[in-house]
Amino acid sequence: MAKYLLLKHYRGAPDPVNNVPMDQWTPEEISDHMRYMNDFAARLEKTGEFVDGQALAPEGAWVRYDGEGRPPVTDGPFAETKDLIAGWMVIDVDSYERAVQLAGELSAAPGAGGKPIHEWLEVRPFLACPPTITE
Amino acid sequence: MDEALLRGLTPSVLTVLVRRGADFAAAEDAVQDALVEALRVWPADPPRDPKGWLVTVAWRRFLDATRADTARRRREDRVEEEPSPGPAPAVDDTLQLYFLCAHPSLTPASAVALTLRAVGGLTTRQIARAYLVPEATMAQRISRAKRTVSGVRFDRPGDVATVLRVLYLVFNEGYSGDVDLAAEAIRLTRQLAAAVDHPEAAGLLALMLLHHARRAARTASDGSLVPLAEQDRGRWDTAAIAEGIGILQAALARDRLGEFQAQAAIAALHADAPTAEETDWPQIVEWYDELARLTDSPVVRLNRAVAVGEADGPRAGLAALAALDPSLPRYTAVAAYLHERDGDLATAARLYAEAAHKAPDLAERDHLTRQAARLNALRRR
Repeated sequence: MAKYLLLKHYRGAPDPVNNVPMDQWTPEEISDHMRYMNDFAARLEKTGEFVDGQALAPEGAWVRYDGEGRPPVTDGPFAETKDLIAGWMVIDVDSYERAVQLAGELSAAPGAGGKPIHEWLEVRPFLACPPTITE
Repeated sequence: MDEALLRGLTPSVLTVLVRRGADFAAAEDAVQDALVEALRVWPADPPRDPKGWLVTVAWRRFLDATRADTARRRREDRVEEEPSPGPAPAVDDTLQLYFLCAHPSLTPASAVALTLRAVGGLTTRQIARAYLVPEATMAQRISRAKRTVSGVRFDRPGDVATVLRVLYLVFNEGYSGDVDLAAEAIRLTRQLAAAVDHPEAAGLLALMLLHHARRAARTASDGSLVPLAEQDRGRWDTAAIAEGIGILQAALARDRLGEFQAQAAIAALHADAPTAEETDWPQIVEWYDELARLTDSPVVRLNRAVAVGEADGPRAGLAALAALDPSLPRYTAVAAYLHERDGDLATAARLYAEAAHKAPDLAERDHLTRQAARLNALRRR
């Protein structure tokens, strides 16, 4: 088994095919989308492949150490050009192919007009622990 | 097995150990061990005297732990000689536990965790799951909290207000995992209100009951939020509402008003209305004025602006809103709502979308996005 991070972006990913902001969908289209996402996570829990899923607020700040005895420096809000993560799902699957297949299903979530969004998701393997047997 | 019974016995078992001479931290660990053991053993082999069983097992665990620690041998000798206690005056001791677990030296998160474990009888694992943190993290949080209060005298009265704030936090967390934190908060507040003569304890209990009564109607089958005005009032728990209103009236009659009683009064006025249209908004505005005098909270003034919008029309609501700081949480959502009521759908839709962007949780974000979508769909027609 190997863990993968499926990353969803507010900004920074290539534009999806069905690129309509959610507040321009109909309320029914929003409900259908939510149901699809919930069902997807529930199905992965059943197959024993779900690890974690979280959503992030779009607001945040850069922070860095500013030397002894001084409060950290903060900088924000984020510039419009920043690559902005919206949330993630962590899955634990048998192969890279399975991770890609699942990311593809997640990207097929319905959007405006009930058609798949074709959203670009980032698939990132976790750096694993060294295996016990290497020969 | 009746887990609620088991949990209800926790504080009195803990205070028996403390009265026998165990220090709070060690006694609390021993009781936790006994609880975990009870959860394992009782389903197959229920004891005839559950409290006696818990005291015996917890005391044995305490002695084992103390013996294992050679540095503590002198104290062990002392507690071994301690006579067994007489009949338990459980109420006052339980109250002391509340004070200790909500001690002002603790951070809110620590006070919440310690209260749930030492007074509520939840296991560390259950608390960790409810707050979505790893069990080891929660165990650390609890043992740090116990170290923080280790020097606190057990026999001094504490501040009821700090206890109420902790219970309010627990209630607001709602429920996740296998523990219903809202129901647990109600159980603990009920126990507190019985142990202490304090109108605000009664006020908080009434407030919780009145909100809890609406829980089933608050979410749709797909998990989306249903606003108060659109809730199916037939799904409200009328028994809980009647109990909450009864407790509130008795508290208000004492004539020592506090913020929880005032909040409960507002909740009671909502619960009392057979339909949303029949809500007594002018009286709700008066209670918000009362609440603003008691707390001087900007959040209260924001809620007041909504009530003014219902009582005197959306323009009056927007005027009340104009006096507030736009960076307040939910300010934009309130502005969107009032503009919609005022018939300005374009502004309302834009503000709903902006409010969704700032929403603090997913359910609220989805709800606000839906509101924007609904208005945009109307405008396209």
